[in-house]
Amino acid sequence: MDGIYSILNAILPLEAYQFTFMKNALLAVLLLTPLLGLLGTMAVNHQMAFFSDALGHSALTGIGLGIILGLRNDLLAMLIFGVVWAIMICLIKQSGSASTDTIISVFSSTSIAAGLLILARGGQFAKYSSLLIGDILAVAPQDLLYLLIALAVTVVLWVILYNALLVTSVDPFLARSRGIPTRLIECGFVVLVALAVMLSIRWVGVMLINALLILPAAAGRNLAKTSRGHAGWSVGIALVSGLAGLTASYYLDTSAGATIVLVSAVFYAASLLIRSIRK
Amino acid sequence: MLHHCALCHIDLDRISVRRGGQVLLQDVSMHIHCGQLTVLIGQNGAGKTTLIKALLGQIPHGGMIRHVDSHGLDIPHLRTGYVPQVLQFDREMPLTVQDYLAASMTKRPVWTGVGKKTREKVRQALADVDAAELADRPLGRCSGGELQRVLLALALQPAPDLLVLDEPVSGIDRNGLRMFLDTLINLRQTRHMAILLVSHDLRFVREYADHVVLLEKSVLTQGTPGEVFASPEFASVFGTGEEEADD
Repeated sequence: MDGIYSILNAILPLEAYQFTFMKNALLAVLLLTPLLGLLGTMAVNHQMAFFSDALGHSALTGIGLGIILGLRNDLLAMLIFGVVWAIMICLIKQSGSASTDTIISVFSSTSIAAGLLILARGGQFAKYSSLLIGDILAVAPQDLLYLLIALAVTVVLWVILYNALLVTSVDPFLARSRGIPTRLIECGFVVLVALAVMLSIRWVGVMLINALLILPAAAGRNLAKTSRGHAGWSVGIALVSGLAGLTASYYLDTSAGATIVLVSAVFYAASLLIRSIRK
Repeated sequence: MLHHCALCHIDLDRISVRRGGQVLLQDVSMHIHCGQLTVLIGQNGAGKTTLIKALLGQIPHGGMIRHVDSHGLDIPHLRTGYVPQVLQFDREMPLTVQDYLAASMTKRPVWTGVGKKTREKVRQALADVDAAELADRPLGRCSGGELQRVLLALALQPAPDLLVLDEPVSGIDRNGLRMFLDTLINLRQTRHMAILLVSHDLRFVREYADHVVLLEKSVLTQGTPGEVFASPEFASVFGTGEEEADD
């Protein structure tokens, strides 16, 4: 890590980045934001903003169930529950038994209630309240390794799934007629989003995770004309928002996650303006 | 030229589809010959789209679908190309025609860009349906007629044994419709493929079809346009007029 820290010192000779916790937070931002920015493009194209929000909420239940089952590792509990939850939503949605937003709403509220019920037993919720807003300044080198692996796995899966997902997002029936296993592909994607959300939630927080997934991709969508442009703008905006937000939060003494999201929101507003001028 | 492999065909033998105790199709038997334009006509709810879904392997069905070559031997795999009636998609999606076709034709994810070879392949596919100029157009900015050409270009990649079009001409003006059908006729002659088209425009059916099948859950009658249009079954379904069928 020392080598990486020295490089950061040379590139960013700011007071904020003289501290190790800020350097770790910066590295986490550099790993997290492109991951969420990339996945966000398809979440936006598939109109899944509400879905990823529900997934974030399910993290509370994941930890709660982990406690009941005696799992010591919160992250593992969240990952397992998040993936199971995502697959359940996906299968019920594909069965076509109710409208998608109704299904997601049912899952979302159920998971919040179940999570709160377990975690708030005996007035213990304060212990877990950091999950709601996240704490990116608490990232340790070991966590960075997990995030690096997550980013690598996501990029590989993204390369494999992307074209099929794109064709499916335009017209699922036409995609199926071309031999694309659309149901499997869609479930693969929601599992990928679930993994990314669960890995990021401790640092970004249940309340803000969805904003980081959706805002850069939504802004990129307003600016891009091609798929490549969408991915480029989304990842670029996510990275710049992350860096600017983290740096600003140090000098303004504000919450890092909230500042990053607000910078993303400014980018989104600017993208809307640019889009309306172009029209 | 038109019928020089008249024996090569797709053989539908007693195709039946039931859903929830309801019969949607009953013993539909017909041949779709390559090098011919076969047109499926019938009232709304006659089972035309259901038959197409069965042909595309999207719904379970009874009966057999065989692809038979000019020597009467089974060809194990039937490659189908499909052009839907409409494409209901998010028109604001940042996606060009080239992106969409490339994503359907290659494995390289289009968010990393479109390679030179694929670009040429996409342009050729579009040029084949007189739509070369659409490559860089956002998919959501294409008119109804342009979108149908893009979908036709896609359906022809890779070259299918059977091209299925589910009323692909609704919402297109007369000129656009004529251009689209001329392209189809050209394909029928040059590529020699079997084409199955669902249409409600009986004037165009009379003008362009080689073989017409009148469907009402099962085949009421089939033959040349002249034979079908003169049949009592046709009169009982459509009356004697040749205006657009009701759908």
